[in-house]
Amino acid sequence: MEGHTVKSYDVELQELDRRIAQMGGLVEKILAEASEALQRRDPRLGAIAIAQDAGIDRLERQLQERAVNMLARRQPMADDLRHVMIVLKIAGDLERIGDLAKNIAKRANAISEESHPKPLMIGFRHMTELAMRQLKDVLDAFSVRDAELALAIWRSDAKLDTLFNSVFRELLTYMMEDPRQIGLCTHLLFGAKNIERIGDHTTNIAENVYYLVTGQVLGGDRPKRDDTSGVWALPPASD
Amino acid sequence: MKAETILDWPTLSRTRPIRGRLVDAGLRRLAGRGAALVAGGLLTGLFLMVGQLDWSVALAGLCGLAGWAALWPAAAGADGGPVKIAAGRAADAPAATAEAADRSATWRAMLAGLADASIVMDGEGMVIAANAAARDWFPASSGRHISQLTRSPELLTAVDRALATGRAQACRTRMVVPVERQVAGLITPLARPPHADGVPVLLLVLRDLTEQERLARMRADFVANASHELRTPLASLKGFVETLQGAAKDDPAARERFLDIMQQQAARMSRLIDDLLSLSRIEMREHVPPQSVIELGGIVAETCRALEPLAREARTSLSFASPTGRMMVLGDRDELLQLGQNLIQNAIKYGKPDGHVSVGLHKQGNRIALSVADDGIGISPEHLPRLTERFYRVSAKDSRERGGTGLGLAIVKHIVNRHNGELNIVSRTAEGSTFTVLLPSLADPGEIEQPLS
Repeated sequence: MEGHTVKSYDVELQELDRRIAQMGGLVEKILAEASEALQRRDPRLGAIAIAQDAGIDRLERQLQERAVNMLARRQPMADDLRHVMIVLKIAGDLERIGDLAKNIAKRANAISEESHPKPLMIGFRHMTELAMRQLKDVLDAFSVRDAELALAIWRSDAKLDTLFNSVFRELLTYMMEDPRQIGLCTHLLFGAKNIERIGDHTTNIAENVYYLVTGQVLGGDRPKRDDTSGVWALPPASD
Repeated sequence: MKAETILDWPTLSRTRPIRGRLVDAGLRRLAGRGAALVAGGLLTGLFLMVGQLDWSVALAGLCGLAGWAALWPAAAGADGGPVKIAAGRAADAPAATAEAADRSATWRAMLAGLADASIVMDGEGMVIAANAAARDWFPASSGRHISQLTRSPELLTAVDRALATGRAQACRTRMVVPVERQVAGLITPLARPPHADGVPVLLLVLRDLTEQERLARMRADFVANASHELRTPLASLKGFVETLQGAAKDDPAARERFLDIMQQQAARMSRLIDDLLSLSRIEMREHVPPQSVIELGGIVAETCRALEPLAREARTSLSFASPTGRMMVLGDRDELLQLGQNLIQNAIKYGKPDGHVSVGLHKQGNRIALSVADDGIGISPEHLPRLTERFYRVSAKDSRERGGTGLGLAIVKHIVNRHNGELNIVSRTAEGSTFTVLLPSLADPGEIEQPLS
């Protein structure tokens, strides 16, 4: 949103915020489209989502230029410096989320030919909905500087991990029951992992927003519940 | 509707402090006057030197000039906008701000009167005012930028384009969380640049298309399903016709068999078309409560008699325990007949051979319960909530074999709705199902002056 020729400090900082909002909106849209492409097995939707990822990269580059420009010219201190640094970090996280969403769309295209077992897709859809809700909340929290909301999002990362665990187990079961499903399930597994990673980046953004507003760093161990690294092949059902 | 208070945002400049603006205004004024003073002074000095002027006259003249410079209100400046920070404009300021306040009150009242969610923004995209519908969607719109309310790429791009081109923009966007919504946005420019901050520049109107889209999708789905259901027996008919015209032309045995099947397919199409028309008729009347006084016992007995042949053919015994007393309801005779017929027919169709269908009618509180119970294959629980969906089948093969159209229960549901009733389904796999329709019973039929239908 351009307008003034003589920019004051405040306006420049505001402009950074608006660009984050713009980037965030595009990332939210791509994630929604990728998720729908997966549910509806529609390769065209997938293609649309993939094409828009380039837009996110461009926005991130522009934002970086502005931010670095500001740092050089204004040499901000204290709050303002924190503001600019946080904006850069959030842009980085958003770019990663966009990338992960694009990968989900690619997976959707890969498995669009095959039929998806309904129970599996339901678990997947819950994961995506949760991730999208968290992303929206964290972007809202940044937009209105709501530390409480950021804290709540940071705390709820475990929910997504728990969902991922159950989807992981379900996929393993499917694969063991019917080896013909292995191809499909592996793609879905990667897709689910992507969503879990999106959740992690969202939590990063939440930490940064909290720091921006309160000046405090959210303590060491984020509540994590991903225990899939301890899961090997499940024992066969007893006869 | 009581008068609306539109939120009022401070319209001060965000880029320059107030002091700056005052200094600007003052400087402009002084610049003009300063020039006039200097010119006057020089001229007076000139005349003095040439000896044409008396000292006292010169002094008076200079004082007069100075007085004018200081006190006379300035000509109109370049400041636009409804609110002027008017230092030294005492004379015409009240008139200007009164007119501006009038205009502001008018557009704010118009905003309040719009049914769709509407937001007025300034040239920066800052929200100046939002009506009640918009505040429902964006509870905290006070003093925020549009990108803090929504991040939808379509909306934000449209706002940018409207600001850049000064032309109206339309866009569609989809919000997925917390609720899935289809939204159409219309952005109308209100003022031309340049604008001071706080001047209304853009009007954004948002319309929720979700319900509309949902209904359109439902309608399209229904037409697609109905077409498919008709096309299948039609394709079969065409196939047999071609065979009879060609390969089986001189084969009387084949001809007999095929003609039989063709008859069945034609009958199936005919039933489906009947059901579609029924459904359409019932839907059109659904919101109009029925007015005739009906004695249900008679209706059910008549239906059972009509379906006896079908029951015999299916080797199912059909029993109806005649109720004690009269079961009176307000209803539509034809529709209630159809309701009874559909339920009992289903029970016979999905019953087991040598099975039993029992129909009951009795009072239940202030309602009348019509129950149809079979001891057939039953329905497993996950299908129960969807049974009354159009063209929903538990088993497509089964339904086709038994000559079902897929619309029977949908018709029953709409009739029950029209009669302000309730439909309950209880079933156990391999044991059977019981369908119960509850209808409000007529308290005192004597009160209503109508012949029995």
